[in-house]
Amino acid sequence: MNAPAIRIRGLRKNFGISEIIRGVDLDVHRGERHAIIGPNGAGKSTLFHLISARLPVTSGVIELKGENVIGLKPFEINRRGLSRSFQITNIFHNLSVFENLRCAVLWSLGYRYSFWQRLAGLKDARLRAEAVMEDIGLTRRRDTPAGILSYAEQRALEIGITIASGADVILLDEPTAGMSNTETEEAVAMIRRVTEGKTLVMVEHDMGVVFGLADRISVLVYGEVIATDAPAAIRCNAAVQEAYLGTTLSHD
Amino acid sequence: MSSRLVTRSRLLLWGGFAALAFCLPLVFKSGFLVSLLCQMGIMVVFALSYNMLLGHTGLLSFGHAVYYGLGAFATMHALNVIGKGGSPLTTALLPLVGGLAGLLAGILLGYVTTRKAGTTFAMITLGIGEMVAACSLMFPGIFGGEGGVSGNRVIGKESFLGFTWGPQVEMYGLIVIWAFVCTVAMFALTQTPLGRMANAVRDNPERAEFVGYDTERVRFLMVVLSALFAGIAGGLSALNYEIVTAETLNAHTSGVVLLMTFVGGIGFFYGPIIGAILITVMQIVIGGMTHAWLLYFGLFFLFMVLMAPGGIASVIAVQRNLWTAGLFGRVLPHYLATALPVAILLAGLVGLVELSYALLAGDAGVGAGDTATKVMGMQLQLRSPGPWLAALAITAVGLVLTRWIGGRASLAWNAALSTLHGDKT
Repeated sequence: MNAPAIRIRGLRKNFGISEIIRGVDLDVHRGERHAIIGPNGAGKSTLFHLISARLPVTSGVIELKGENVIGLKPFEINRRGLSRSFQITNIFHNLSVFENLRCAVLWSLGYRYSFWQRLAGLKDARLRAEAVMEDIGLTRRRDTPAGILSYAEQRALEIGITIASGADVILLDEPTAGMSNTETEEAVAMIRRVTEGKTLVMVEHDMGVVFGLADRISVLVYGEVIATDAPAAIRCNAAVQEAYLGTTLSHD
Repeated sequence: MSSRLVTRSRLLLWGGFAALAFCLPLVFKSGFLVSLLCQMGIMVVFALSYNMLLGHTGLLSFGHAVYYGLGAFATMHALNVIGKGGSPLTTALLPLVGGLAGLLAGILLGYVTTRKAGTTFAMITLGIGEMVAACSLMFPGIFGGEGGVSGNRVIGKESFLGFTWGPQVEMYGLIVIWAFVCTVAMFALTQTPLGRMANAVRDNPERAEFVGYDTERVRFLMVVLSALFAGIAGGLSALNYEIVTAETLNAHTSGVVLLMTFVGGIGFFYGPIIGAILITVMQIVIGGMTHAWLLYFGLFFLFMVLMAPGGIASVIAVQRNLWTAGLFGRVLPHYLATALPVAILLAGLVGLVELSYALLAGDAGVGAGDTATKVMGMQLQLRSPGPWLAALAITAVGLVLTRWIGGRASLAWNAALSTLHGDKT
């Protein structure tokens, strides 16, 4: 129970001869909001892909709540309570908003591959999907096919699908990418609301979002974590400033 | 409240269709038409089972006839083994044997085919289809070689509630019952967690994995269940024709079911039903009129793929939307106006096709190189320019008129559609 939500040691990932992740060590505590920042090409998304098993690991250790998850398939990791969103919206385009969310809750409610139960009769699945729909503010779009939602709505649905299963470790990959300022504000408030009491790890470029939301920040540069600390300490960290803040953070 | 209303109207719809299907032989009494109806019923089940893969799970299979054919052979062998020892009730239940054979084949072959989706799946089903078709010719003991396996569906001494299934009309009744049960079952499947996750896997397999589902397992289960229904359809065909040949499980049969499903519309549950009925009629009616029917068949398929890729069901759905929006009146006159030029164009094309076919391939009564053929009741001279020029002229006139009137129709159509979508948002 005391094991960190995510514990990573000596994680490496090669694509051919190029090393993208070069020995990452990272602890994400339970219940914290942890942001991963770093310049473009630092390997932030790759790190997410490794944790969620979208890409195979070259070497190293990844533990989820104390359990080794190297070599597991994405659905096996999801069933162990880790859920992720995608930088490029990854939803079920031909299904309605409601059906998208219902698909996301079915496994966690134990319906598995059932072909002997009527979906319409599964009250718990309906209620949970509707609750998430309310949380992400898409109730009035209930029967709209996900493919024709606006961009911001699709991003909200993306997060809705991610949290619907009730997983306690949530990975969000650039949840506010491409949003206007108002949309970003709404999205941040929504993320704060729906990840209450859960462990949140997110990759984010918007420093306003990062410093407003994160309890701790890890800085990833060229495949290595050069610092992990509270936001205030990260701001003052000399190595971070040298590697990164001097460029992007000054815009904040 | 609203969901209950939907259920009631759905019950009425289904019940209405079942009643209609049962009553059809009262109107269509001739043996030919009853046989046609029987074939339709079988194909409806087969095409619906195919759409469980193509439409619902997004799996393009080129070997679905394998399950249909194996189901047919299994049923035929079961019929022959039971023989005199059985009763008409046994016969009525025999399609279950076909379903079981399909199910087992689905478990065995599905394990191999469903590892990957997309092109890989399509290629593997093609390979397995060819393999099974080749095997069917290598083991004449099981598959009966060129002649196939035949049997007699009338078994036992007594009748079951007065039925022996001997007369074609009784066989039709049996097919309707099976088709109805299978259709209800396949529809019910779309309303279950597995059915919905199959849609999710079709739309976005990656995301399905990240909400906890093993996409390989979802595909496998869908293949197995669809093979079950294909096997039942095969079993019905064995009872109906009383003969099963190797052709039932070859690539041609797989191709036909793909065409039926696609032409009917893969995006709608009822699409394949329309496709199965229409293509069966085309096969038998046009097939009976001309030897060039495969060519017409191909042209029709081409036309559908280019003009209505969503199939007939999607065309109907758009009309219904226009109707509910009160816009149907705007497009109807254009439909009627376009009908005549299209008919002229078709007449010209048919003339050209028949003339060419008679000249190049020969006809049943007219060998290759013969000098005359009969088109639409007219005796035409192949070697004289008259018929050719006439056919060309009719085609040209039809083409020009179709482009002219059809162009205006498509403008009106687009306007109506944009009003429709404008109203919605």
